[in-house]
Amino acid sequence: MAGPTVTNITLAGETDWPGFRNEARALLAKLISPAEVAWHTPASGAADLFSDSDVSPTSPLVAAHAHGPINLVVPSSFVTLCETVILHNDPARFGLLYSLLWRLVHEPALRHDPLDAGRVKAQHMAQSVRRDMHKMKAFVRFRTVERGEGKPPLHVAWFEPDHHIVEAVAPFFMRRFTQMEWAILTPERSVHWDGERLHFGPGGERRDAPAPDAGEALWLTYYANIFNPARLKMAMMKKEMPVKYWHNLPEAELISGLAADAMARSGRMVEAAPTQPARRIVPLASEVAPRVSNAPHEGIAGPEDVGRGAFTEPTAATHPAQALTALKKATDRCRECPIGEHATQSVFGEGPVHAALMVVGEQPGDQEDLRGRPFVGPAGRLFDQAIAQLGWPREQLYVTNAVKHFKFELRGKRRIHKTPTQREAAACLHWLESEIEQVQPRALIALGATAAKALLGRPVAVTRERGQWHDCPRGRKVLVTLHPSALLRGDPAEHEQAYKAWLDDLALATDWLKHAV
Amino acid sequence: MDIQQKLAVLADAAKYDASCSSSGTSKRNSVGGKGIGSTEGSGICHSYAPDGRCISLLKILLTNFCTYDCLYCVNRVTSNVQRARFSVNEVVTLTLDFYRRNCIEGLFLSSGIIQSPDYTMEQVVEVARVLREDHDFRGYIHLKTIPDASPELLQRAGRYADRLSINIELPTLQGLALLAPEKDGTAIRRSMARLAVHIDDAKGAARDSSVTSIVSMPNATPRRAKPPRFAPAGQSTQMIVGADAADDVAILSTSANLYGAYSLRRVYYSAFSPIPDASFSLPLKSPPMVREHRLYQADWLMRFYGFSHEEIVPKAQGGMLALDVDPKLAWALAHVERFPVDLNVAPRAMLLRVPGLGVKAVDRLLIARRVRQLRSDDLSRLHVPLKKVMPFVVTADHRPDPTLTSHRLAAQLRPAHVQGSLFDA
Repeated sequence: MAGPTVTNITLAGETDWPGFRNEARALLAKLISPAEVAWHTPASGAADLFSDSDVSPTSPLVAAHAHGPINLVVPSSFVTLCETVILHNDPARFGLLYSLLWRLVHEPALRHDPLDAGRVKAQHMAQSVRRDMHKMKAFVRFRTVERGEGKPPLHVAWFEPDHHIVEAVAPFFMRRFTQMEWAILTPERSVHWDGERLHFGPGGERRDAPAPDAGEALWLTYYANIFNPARLKMAMMKKEMPVKYWHNLPEAELISGLAADAMARSGRMVEAAPTQPARRIVPLASEVAPRVSNAPHEGIAGPEDVGRGAFTEPTAATHPAQALTALKKATDRCRECPIGEHATQSVFGEGPVHAALMVVGEQPGDQEDLRGRPFVGPAGRLFDQAIAQLGWPREQLYVTNAVKHFKFELRGKRRIHKTPTQREAAACLHWLESEIEQVQPRALIALGATAAKALLGRPVAVTRERGQWHDCPRGRKVLVTLHPSALLRGDPAEHEQAYKAWLDDLALATDWLKHAV
Repeated sequence: MDIQQKLAVLADAAKYDASCSSSGTSKRNSVGGKGIGSTEGSGICHSYAPDGRCISLLKILLTNFCTYDCLYCVNRVTSNVQRARFSVNEVVTLTLDFYRRNCIEGLFLSSGIIQSPDYTMEQVVEVARVLREDHDFRGYIHLKTIPDASPELLQRAGRYADRLSINIELPTLQGLALLAPEKDGTAIRRSMARLAVHIDDAKGAARDSSVTSIVSMPNATPRRAKPPRFAPAGQSTQMIVGADAADDVAILSTSANLYGAYSLRRVYYSAFSPIPDASFSLPLKSPPMVREHRLYQADWLMRFYGFSHEEIVPKAQGGMLALDVDPKLAWALAHVERFPVDLNVAPRAMLLRVPGLGVKAVDRLLIARRVRQLRSDDLSRLHVPLKKVMPFVVTADHRPDPTLTSHRLAAQLRPAHVQGSLFDA
């Protein structure tokens, strides 16, 4: 046979990655193409018949230096790929990897082409190895061997991997069971962790591993009872737990019996007449709900009748603090507009009764909805910064919103704030009025158009009317200015100036605090 | 009652909870510790039951005694089911024993409500505390939280658990009011909000502390203490499908809202299955497993494929997802005017809408098409279902038949109608 001369390379072992890397580098430097190399491992026996095994490596006189040093820079992902593929049991793996390396150096486009046939083949091999490693982590089952003499028990497992993965997976078990002495036996390799170090040795046999112990019966009990016979899906199970693993999994013996019994069991459940309840509970009068009839597609009862009727206005005799608590509860149940349906909770005002100033924002945002407190989101933090700069005592402020529930629209996985409609703001107005009634602030600050309209009872052009005091229909003074979120949205270049102007607006209310008693 | 019997009763009682995930938590191992356990990012399924579900965690109830009367639940107070109760130590011992055998990744503990929500939650948290503090257990812990328990208990639960979950149970507040009189849907959402805030705060604190200086000089100021952890694997929930009359539109809209509002890691759907000792008022039939499967696919479309919940259920379907084709194919058949998609030029968002193309396949196509024209061979190497993909795409060497109307396409792609069997549902 007059083929090309073949260079035979014998590696130190099945998973000799450093050896492979060094040999591959040397071959590449000598410009020996993949077709001229035959790879061997000690276990793979004789070299193939047609190769001349005594051939001396191709003469180093190949004019490598004429082309300059060869560029041996390959993507790091390729190195990772090699380290995984080398664990595969296919003898052709070394040839495939070397040919990919050769092509990466000689075909610049290859590194950008994940769909190249050679690369795809290597990817599949890597996947197969990764799956095998994963299954080893999953299906190794330790059994305990008592050793007496004050020695800790030894935990031993028998496993049959498809690929050469024992060395690669052992550190996982070491990290997981550091304080346990264990050994895993496989046909090809064994590994023992003595609490200090991993020891690798030759393979073993199944009979070297211990037999089932009493404790295993508990695991079988668990397996049999966590299974839901009404959902039998054998194909799905076999896909994830291939039959080849069954003979080493104690619970697999139960499978055929459980499956055979499942049809009968779930059939009995479906046919069984519903039973009499074990004990009658006397429902509270307020909680009698109509039960659904047995017709599976009959609609369920309409929405509960909640809203204004669910709350009685506090009487003059109620203490304001109690009245506010009652109001807070009632707003939570309010469904006078559709916003409340999708919010987590209503966000009611916070602050002392008889605060000198009541600050009214537009509506709770995402953070306020989650935390159930007003002014805790980004706009709230800006407001906190402002009052700190103004030196206002927090305990003289009552903060709340014109609308009590968060209105939003979903964009992907985020809730984006949506301005409430006039109708929604109007539906919410009576809650704000009750709040003012109880708190009795001496003056109010309206942040933004929604709050201004709610307090002044007319549409307000905030940019034109900001920084001025207006009279609200009920006779209180209302200072109109921007909502802090407008500052957050505005042009970053003008941010500082806008913030300063906003502070100037707010500062107009400082006098009301000074005169507070 | 011996431990075998208790385990039988309390595992049986827990099997209606679909969650099994043990992934997505912070990485830890037992090196340098006093016990066992590790979590390394991806979850591990240690076994599979014949119902096709993975067994990753020891999923049990602390007790199946319960004072509530939720009609869909096998453990409701009026059910005649056999009752049992574990002691805290029994659960701890079982967890550690199964873990040492490498049968589980950790514990998923839930409970019926006994005495009071706070008392119950305290017991559940105690199990987690003993595992973490007395045994230095570093495996995965998922606790089912009782929505009406006090905020302090939720706080403690989050310190020990990797994941917390509160079951929303039914898609609508009205459905819940009707079938679970003692459960308060708004309280459930409030608890989720509270968890979301804690989880987010803990993440923020962890981020802040990781930006501290990494100078380790002998006299340098000591690093700030590690922020308290709070459920690093986030929170999840479960909805029962088919126990009430809510349609798929309502279910997906509720899910979308939960994902958006509370950053849930997962919403699990659990087809209502007949329970022994069922109530008079519920549909007593095989669980709607195909519907459950379609809901999971739709959920995936919302989370990874850029679909909004409003567009997944076709208008003409009476509020329900198609059962015979997956929701992505159903959408494509309803929007044939958007196809064929040219694989060589279409934006990522549109590639993601091609039936049969997954996220990974799309990303590979995007990389490959920068260096050359994509051809049909490339698709076959990607291991995508060609029969499904080809009618919707254009490649350098392939154009779908222009006369294929949506109607004919549908006929071609719909699976032949077969008698459903229990074994392939």
